[in-house]
Amino acid sequence: MSTEPPVVRVQDLHYAIGGRPIFAGLSLQVRRGSITAVMGPSGTGKTTLLRLIMGQTRADSGQLSVFGEQVDRLSREQLYALRQRIGLLFQNGALLTDLSVFENVAFPVREHARLPESVLRELVLMKLQAVGLRGAATLMPSELSGGMARRVALARAIVMDPEVLIYDEPFVGLDPISMGVICRLIQSLNQTLGITSIVVSHDVHEIGMIAHYSYLLSGGKVVAEGTPEQLAGASGEVVHQFMSGSPDGPVPFHYPAGDYYQQLIERER
Amino acid sequence: MSWLTEGVRKLGAVGLFLLRVLGQSVLAMGRPRSIAMQIYNTGSRSLVIVMLSGLFLGMVLGLQLFDLLQRFGSTSALGEASALALIKELGPVITALLFAGRAGTALASEIGLMGATDQLAAMDMMAVDPVRHVVAPRFIGGLIALPLLTAIFDCIGIYGTQLVGVGMMGAESGTFWSQMQGAVGVHDVYEGIIKSLVFGALCSLIAVYEGFHAQATAEGVGLATTRTVVNSAVMILLFDYVLTAVFL
Repeated sequence: MSTEPPVVRVQDLHYAIGGRPIFAGLSLQVRRGSITAVMGPSGTGKTTLLRLIMGQTRADSGQLSVFGEQVDRLSREQLYALRQRIGLLFQNGALLTDLSVFENVAFPVREHARLPESVLRELVLMKLQAVGLRGAATLMPSELSGGMARRVALARAIVMDPEVLIYDEPFVGLDPISMGVICRLIQSLNQTLGITSIVVSHDVHEIGMIAHYSYLLSGGKVVAEGTPEQLAGASGEVVHQFMSGSPDGPVPFHYPAGDYYQQLIERER
Repeated sequence: MSWLTEGVRKLGAVGLFLLRVLGQSVLAMGRPRSIAMQIYNTGSRSLVIVMLSGLFLGMVLGLQLFDLLQRFGSTSALGEASALALIKELGPVITALLFAGRAGTALASEIGLMGATDQLAAMDMMAVDPVRHVVAPRFIGGLIALPLLTAIFDCIGIYGTQLVGVGMMGAESGTFWSQMQGAVGVHDVYEGIIKSLVFGALCSLIAVYEGFHAQATAEGVGLATTRTVVNSAVMILLFDYVLTAVFL
């Protein structure tokens, strides 16, 4: 195990929304240069964890540091400086609909750097080439398929050469070809650029192919962690249900409700 | 009392948001291209409705005022009365109401949809303040566009009054224009300009506030759009009374 300090360290994190606990003592860490997966059933707070890491919302208690800095203690300016070192790929791409593909990718550079137009053009085309969409540079977001939009968003996320890239459900709603493309891109960006990657997903198969280390969340805590192989062999009912995709188990099929028969009778009356 | 505390809370939230917008507007001024685009979006696209409304309102004024003044045998005051009514009162108020309905709703729904599709969050995550990039240029654009639209409304309104009052009802043309020239002072024009600036700030602020804070659902964006029109209309009329009382 590397002795280098982790890029992201979460320690005994507690967070609740409207009195409902989302995290109750969550602890995990992300090593530099790794692809770390955060998995778990829907509603376990995976996307909330990303918001906490990006400083969009603050935890009730516990510690969360990124690059050694306590995120909840940063001023707005410091937070923005931190975010320039991190790329985030939104679940739906979140492209700016009034800008073309080229301008979407150029957007962060135009905002944060004063580059000559010729250099900017080369940079944007290089990033679009990396995701295979150089030919779509002049298209508008409304002309793109879901998979293409996500690849453009990926080009935009890497245009500032971030040290960390966070993927929020990158495989949702994609066909197998697009899914394979995104998988390959996550891997190649990690290997060629040395970007630390955090992938939030519930696609066990795809994650198993690319992740170096995985965390499985449930009930506001980490219930299992390890390499994909270790996770596949991990014990515990939640782990088994999630990895095998069983419809019922510790994570119930039915939303909590009263007695079914009783409810039917009441309606009759 | 809950509606009272809720009202005070919302007023405070709007006040804080205004301070944030004003702070970011200073930075946004460094991007004149973006502001010009918003003046086009809010101003030019409201031009047709403002011009048509100005013409028809002026024509109605020509009929009503001529009829009223004829009873007192003072149709010579038609130019003066219509110009003062338009410049001091009707121009700023009606243009602002039209602006709220046309441009305000467009602003609120555009920003609301940007929020619902995570575009505002994406900017924030790219360390770009969405208030500076999205809200401030639209606020400044509205602030500049409304006084210009009001001036156009006033001019066309006066033309409409002249068209009906002089052209159809038989008021004397020379008297119409000379009475107007003699009676309308610079302070009357200032009153109209100040009113339209205040209404521009109100309409733009309400639209960007409602859009920016809209719930990320279809219903939320629809509600934000409705609230923009309703709140703008009430605030325009309230501030119209306050400003008129101050100027008199």
